[in-house]
Amino acid sequence: MDPILLSRIQFGLTISFHYIYPPLSIGLGVILVLMEALYFKTRDPLFQQMTRFWTRIFGLTFALGVASGVVMEFQFGTNWSNYARFVGDVFGSALAAEGIFAFFLESGFLAILLFGWEKVSPRMHMFSTVMVALGAHFSAIWIVVADSWMQTPAGFHVVQGALRSRAEITDFWAMVFNPSSMIRLAHTVLGAWQAGAFLVLSVSAYYLLRRRHVDFAKASIRIGLVVALFASLGSLITGHESGLVVGKYQPAKLAAMEGHYPASAPAGLTLFGWVDEERERFVGVSIPGLLSFLIHGDASKPVTGLHAFPRQDRPPVNPVFQTYHAMVGIGTALIGLSLLGAFLWWRGRLFETRWLLWVFVFAVLGPQAANQLGWFTAEVGRQPWIVYELMRTTDAVSPTVTASQVLASLVMFLMIYLALFMLFIYLLDHKIRSGPLADDLEVAYHER
Amino acid sequence: MIPLDLNTVWFGLVGVLLTGYAILDGFDLGVGALHLLTTKDEHRRMMINAIGPVWDGNEVWLVTGGGALFAAFPEVYATVFSGFYLAFMLLLCLLIFRAVAIEFRSKQPMRWWRQTWDVSFSVASIGCSLLFGVAFGNVIWGVPLDAQREFAGSFLGLLHPYALLVGITTVALFMMHGAIYVVLKTEGELHEIARGWINNTIIFFIICYGITTMTTLLYLPHMGQHMQRYPVLFVVPVLTMLAIANIPREIHHGRDFLAFLSSGATMVGLMALVAVGIFPNLVLARPNPELSLTIYNAASSPKTLFIMLMIAVIGVPIVLAYTGSIYYIFRGKVKLGTMSY
Repeated sequence: MDPILLSRIQFGLTISFHYIYPPLSIGLGVILVLMEALYFKTRDPLFQQMTRFWTRIFGLTFALGVASGVVMEFQFGTNWSNYARFVGDVFGSALAAEGIFAFFLESGFLAILLFGWEKVSPRMHMFSTVMVALGAHFSAIWIVVADSWMQTPAGFHVVQGALRSRAEITDFWAMVFNPSSMIRLAHTVLGAWQAGAFLVLSVSAYYLLRRRHVDFAKASIRIGLVVALFASLGSLITGHESGLVVGKYQPAKLAAMEGHYPASAPAGLTLFGWVDEERERFVGVSIPGLLSFLIHGDASKPVTGLHAFPRQDRPPVNPVFQTYHAMVGIGTALIGLSLLGAFLWWRGRLFETRWLLWVFVFAVLGPQAANQLGWFTAEVGRQPWIVYELMRTTDAVSPTVTASQVLASLVMFLMIYLALFMLFIYLLDHKIRSGPLADDLEVAYHER
Repeated sequence: MIPLDLNTVWFGLVGVLLTGYAILDGFDLGVGALHLLTTKDEHRRMMINAIGPVWDGNEVWLVTGGGALFAAFPEVYATVFSGFYLAFMLLLCLLIFRAVAIEFRSKQPMRWWRQTWDVSFSVASIGCSLLFGVAFGNVIWGVPLDAQREFAGSFLGLLHPYALLVGITTVALFMMHGAIYVVLKTEGELHEIARGWINNTIIFFIICYGITTMTTLLYLPHMGQHMQRYPVLFVVPVLTMLAIANIPREIHHGRDFLAFLSSGATMVGLMALVAVGIFPNLVLARPNPELSLTIYNAASSPKTLFIMLMIAVIGVPIVLAYTGSIYYIFRGKVKLGTMSY
């Protein structure tokens, strides 16, 4: 077996599994701030119950995030040591900054959130909730900055050393604000808010359908729906902007996303279909000239296609095309759902429209799938490069690690993660079935 | 005597992060190692809840230490983690198991469920401590490196007697540290039981420490070279010995918190001993020491080291301030409630 392929599969597996949890922490973090702010202001026991219930769910997702995240911090060294040697000077600082600015904040204040109700003042508890949410977002900032540097590297130069060359930082802020980092950050964070909001919608809709915790569920749905609507519409806008940046800095990726082959010709916006990579053509439905229009504001202007790149510099086309279109499809459906929900809420019929509540119950999978698919598009679309046009993925692996070693660790991770995932679902289900506890009303803010 | 350049500062800062990890997660791992010595479910819950609010924050020290190592000394990060591949994967697996065991143990009342997680928690804690020690043992002993700075040994080659000795010493150290922490955080029956553990673990640790010190002096003369040249450094082992001797004294007088501080000071002393011994090497190459990874040939550019220093200067005081506050908020004895593990 090929150690490169195995290492890629392992990275893909571990990061995909890990990425189930951080979006939930980020999204629930925002929702917890909203819920506790309402409780802080009104001291209404309903909001107190909501804050405490959703904090428990947050605690569970955070624990899984930490457990699976430790692996990520070290995997660049274990499986991608040549990459680590090449980029450590630039990439390492973003990762270290994440540790210092984000993880400590989130994990430290989470202790107060979970266990500090009767130990700190209301003001301090509210402050801790804000800090936890901020920590989750700081984490997103640094990790998206690091990843964006791999997509659109900036603020560095390559220095030839005695043994090998490496990238060294020349301008820290140019590295942080590389061409794609801020727009990708916005798109990622909004995707995470969707994940949190739709989890809240799903659980609350389930309670309503079962006629349990009705007031609790209605209040939760209202907050979830506001966040869902904002994040879904925001994802559309940031997604469009992000696409423009991809077109400008990573034209091969955009061409793969759209299955566009001609080196320089006006391009349509593909809706669905199949890319025949053998014969190098796209089969399916597209709106002529729309891609050119979206990028240049003119339907007759040319867009760079895959033929402009030698074969060895092209990403796998059909996988990028399909994951991208699936993400867009799901994203569009989520916008529709949020708008419909908001409309029915306005008309006062939301809580009686049972079929929509049933859709909400299952829609929790939508943002999860879209987040994963989006990352697949971004990372597979960057291939064959690990750092765009600087280092190839095939040159980045650890030379000392053998295929059998990677296979062993891969099997190990596969088994552990399967068990972890089943436990996560089991415990989430348990918490949801238990619902808000009577005790949630007894343990109020600790008033001095 | 030592030129205080950025590389040396970062040698120190990575040391500080690892020491912070040892002191903080050290008691979590120690509590885990002692976990199966109790038999009552209530006691086991109290043990877990003693570390409940803080263990994941403590693990962040390891993650940040890894990030700092990546940023400041990428060559070490790359060589060590790819070289110690299987050992490291095993460590990650055990860390995950520990986290999961803490999180899931008390979620169900069934005896088989709790027993399974109790064993996982304890075995994972002991395994992590042992592997951390083995890693340190290898850093002190030296590892085979080739001219490309790649590890040239095998997984089993890492498990030589000296490395295992340091590993067992680390387990003993963490068990002692954990026992003191349990005494500090509990009252009643468990408090009295844990007092008994302290005496035994101190003796266990002192025996291990004595043997390790003798072995180091006999087989690894390079660990003492700086102390020979600069006798003032001899104050490090002396203070370390005093810190160790102070632990039973404070326990005898019932000053549990001071005993805990002494145990923490012991770890600072031990890390300082290792640092003084290996400086300026980060990974000693055996048998060709000229291939070693040092704080100079393995470092990032001065610019990056400076940027990172700024990040540390801004970030670390804030982290210390709120970490300290959180420990202060959770001071006192553990009480079990509905939000508890």
